[in-house]
Amino acid sequence: MFQATRLSRRKRYSEVVAQTIFLAMTLMMVLPLVFIVAYLFYEAWPILSWEFLSTVPKHGMRAGGIWSPLLGTLYLVVISLAVATPIGVLAAVFLNEYARETWFTRIINLAVVNLAGVPSIVHALFGLGAFVLFAHLGKSILAASLTLAIMTLPVIIASTKEALASVPMAFREACWNVGATRWQTIWHVVLPNSISGILTGVILQVSRAAGETAPIMFTGAVFYKAIPEGKLFAYGLFDQCMALSMHLFTISTQVPDLPKALPYGTAVVLLGVVLIVNAMAIVLRVHLRSRKKW
Amino acid sequence: MSDSKVEFVDLRVRYGRREALKGVTFDVRHHEILGIIGPAQSGKTTLLKTINRTIENVPGAVVAGTVRVDGEDVRQARDLFGLRRKIGMVAPLPVGLPLSIFDNVAFAPRMAGIRDRHDLERRVESCLRQAALWDEVKDRLSSLGTKLSGGQQQRLTIARALSHDPEVLCLDEFSIAIDPVTTMRIEDVLRELRSKMTIILVTNLVQQARRLADRTAFLFNGELAEIDATEVIFSDRPASRKTYEYVNGIFG
Repeated sequence: MFQATRLSRRKRYSEVVAQTIFLAMTLMMVLPLVFIVAYLFYEAWPILSWEFLSTVPKHGMRAGGIWSPLLGTLYLVVISLAVATPIGVLAAVFLNEYARETWFTRIINLAVVNLAGVPSIVHALFGLGAFVLFAHLGKSILAASLTLAIMTLPVIIASTKEALASVPMAFREACWNVGATRWQTIWHVVLPNSISGILTGVILQVSRAAGETAPIMFTGAVFYKAIPEGKLFAYGLFDQCMALSMHLFTISTQVPDLPKALPYGTAVVLLGVVLIVNAMAIVLRVHLRSRKKW
Repeated sequence: MSDSKVEFVDLRVRYGRREALKGVTFDVRHHEILGIIGPAQSGKTTLLKTINRTIENVPGAVVAGTVRVDGEDVRQARDLFGLRRKIGMVAPLPVGLPLSIFDNVAFAPRMAGIRDRHDLERRVESCLRQAALWDEVKDRLSSLGTKLSGGQQQRLTIARALSHDPEVLCLDEFSIAIDPVTTMRIEDVLRELRSKMTIILVTNLVQQARRLADRTAFLFNGELAEIDATEVIFSDRPASRKTYEYVNGIFG
């Protein structure tokens, strides 16, 4: 009764083939990543040290560390997200919780989605025109951060909206039914239950802000800037700064006779910053999910 | 003061092009249990939403006609949230808010500005007792409301609906997710509550209306087919042939 027929044998065979193909595709995706990371570390190994992180570049950037670009990247990321997060989250709350569906909100939603897909070089040009020239901020950390904020804003709005929409409608209705205002509903029920998704979306933008080169190249990042070592507030808001992504580009392409380990070291630090932040996002999400209440 | 607690006058509701209510007129008297029966899509839930104006949060809903509570047009209500607190609303599926059991019931009083711990504790206990849930949860008030069983969550929903001292309690097919024994317990609770408030009971179970309601309204296709004393509706000769066929299971 349960003997293998020709049909069942063929089914089993195709099952095996399908599984093999899927596995191969997965490996094809993972292997290059593993290879890249391993290779970066291998090349950068001789130079990686605390000193590499904490000293400024020396001898026309052929020696020394990467303190100034590292600090510059931190500035840019922190300031841009400090600007983009409140605006983005509040805009998403408005769009998802308050706005009725009209042609106007439909246009806004469409704009948000499309802005998220605009190439960063276009944002860069916009930042140059709007902040550096029109607002007279000059090429500065502030102008570069604002440009990065404009770039990350639509993605933050989109991810926050998604997080808010994942809170079941029935919760809101239950709150309205007992006489809670919209704001009370949002503050006491909607936000606490979507905060993990909101934070994840924001944190993922850190890696984008840290990695993009074009927007800051136009608006505030420079080839070289001398700053004192070991001082956390070495840059002012209206100073120009160095940044890891830009630094990697300049030393790899503009500096002759460069020790080979230097660009790899820079890349590892940039990757490290991004990975640490992403890991934080994962830990945070797991932590907040475990408190999820339905 | 008028004799009616809630009045519907030529109430019409459209969702986009679909008409959910096509001009319904009737009233609900003080301290009665009014059963509303009718097949799916007959506009029962929509009707309840017009009373506390949560219909306005439904995208695309357009309301015409008048709903009065205590003789006052709800659309003229100066304090919308006060109006909503006057109406207790129990949804078909139990919704425990993702808060502790205590906070679920204390939510409405807190939103209304009550901060005093003793006052809140007293209210929570009395509401949970009225909803026949107190004995099961009194030792774990700080655990999550969403972790309760379906039947318990439904009683929690009822406790929450009672927590703002409503004058009208609307139940929308409250027994859809709970077992018969619990249903009977809640029905007993409703009979007791009648002395304190007016109850509107939307139900798919015609026998439940027969057991509980003083009067029963039969909604069909967005229109009021008939409203009369429950004995008349369930007798051999209600005014409308449709009513007879529906309550006797010939259609619907």
